[in-house]
Amino acid sequence: MASKSDHSLWLDMAWGAEGWGDEFAYGLALTVQISLAGYAIGLALGLLGAFAKLSGRPWLRFIGDSYTTTIRALPELLLILLFYYAGTSALEKLLVHAGVASEDLQISPFVAAIASLGLIYGAYLADVLRGGIQAIPPGQIEAARAYGMHAPLRFRRIVFPQMIRYAIPGMGNQWLNITKDSALVSVIGAYELLSAGRGAATFTKEYIFYYSVTALGFLGLTIVSMVVFVRIERRANRGVRRA
Amino acid sequence: MIFDIPYMVTIVLPALLYAVPTSLLLLASSAIIGNILAVPVAAARLSRNPLLWMPAYVFILLMRGTPLLVQIYLVYYGLGQALTPEIMREFPFLRDGIWYAIFALSINTAGYSGEILRGAILAVPHGEIEAARAFGMSRWVVFHRVTLPRAIRICLPAMSSEMILLLKATALASTVTVYEVLGVAQAIRIETYRVYDTLIGAAIVYIAMVFLLTRVLNRIERYLNKDRQAMSAQAA
Repeated sequence: MASKSDHSLWLDMAWGAEGWGDEFAYGLALTVQISLAGYAIGLALGLLGAFAKLSGRPWLRFIGDSYTTTIRALPELLLILLFYYAGTSALEKLLVHAGVASEDLQISPFVAAIASLGLIYGAYLADVLRGGIQAIPPGQIEAARAYGMHAPLRFRRIVFPQMIRYAIPGMGNQWLNITKDSALVSVIGAYELLSAGRGAATFTKEYIFYYSVTALGFLGLTIVSMVVFVRIERRANRGVRRA
Repeated sequence: MIFDIPYMVTIVLPALLYAVPTSLLLLASSAIIGNILAVPVAAARLSRNPLLWMPAYVFILLMRGTPLLVQIYLVYYGLGQALTPEIMREFPFLRDGIWYAIFALSINTAGYSGEILRGAILAVPHGEIEAARAFGMSRWVVFHRVTLPRAIRICLPAMSSEMILLLKATALASTVTVYEVLGVAQAIRIETYRVYDTLIGAAIVYIAMVFLLTRVLNRIERYLNKDRQAMSAQAA
């Protein structure tokens, strides 16, 4: 990058119609949005998956295990393509056929991106949360049961607070992974940071510069996330004696 | 557009199986190059010399903190921008995307494996290193005879899952015109507009590859831990 054109390239990162700065900022904002929404869906699915995997019913365990094993064995890019091209067209047909949606229903790449990332990260988070639940001493759950707590109360007061504390490091790792994997949705045409970078790079032919800026954007997101998760972890462990 | 099983079995799957060697070539070459590079990365990261550990730290942060797809684009398009037409004419094989994919996957693996190896080196019992020093081994001999072999054994389970992740990562090579399994599936999909047969076919092939790789890695792990089996059996 150490060429004489360096100076003018950074000027091209200006805001507005002449610069790429606003495109990159918009892309970064969408990357954060897609990651947050996908992560939220992933957490909900992950919790369901964790309970299915720990369930006493064999058929529920089977569903939970098949979900996590299949998703984890497939490349994320293939899963995103599969959801977008096969999943959405099937869903669109289903919704139109059921009369829920109008004929011209078309699921946008943005929605498909969030849904597919959520479905993928649900599998990874299911295993993280399952580990968190299993780390709770069984005596505590037994004691809660002996006090006559019913299942929802037991979950709210005993299982959930401790599970989250044990699961935070794993959840942090998965958050870092989802922010990086969100770059894959540019392949199905959802706009995010890498799409902004590719737009600038192909337009100006300055591939090295604009892809480096893209990488720096993701790196900044990673570093901020790491700092935030260290804080969350410290806060979650504030009442626990360090070994 | 319906899911046509005979079409998938007779047309799509053979084409995808034909692309499996390309995927395995990507996997094997980047695993070998990346894991060899991981050794100096880990060693430099553990050095007390700031001229060594700082670059290693930044390298690991860059590899693990940015998406692999961005790294692949940076290598493929960036090197394409840096290489002059004369160099391209001199080395025509540089037109093939696979070299860029192997390069990007290798340095990415070096970053991830380097960090795993660093943790494993720190987990080597201190007494063993002390004993080796007491035998009069030089620092280099201690490293390649005692520390490194022990560390590799310690991080084998983590390395195995890293290799599975690498196999899945090879699918990203399809974005830079490499015809590995997903690349071929995508080519058929775009040509025929068949989304179910092609992508589900690719999913089947990847599941089979991951299943087989897991078994191979388990074998390797058991082989490298051969002498410890008796001990763990005793302990249990």
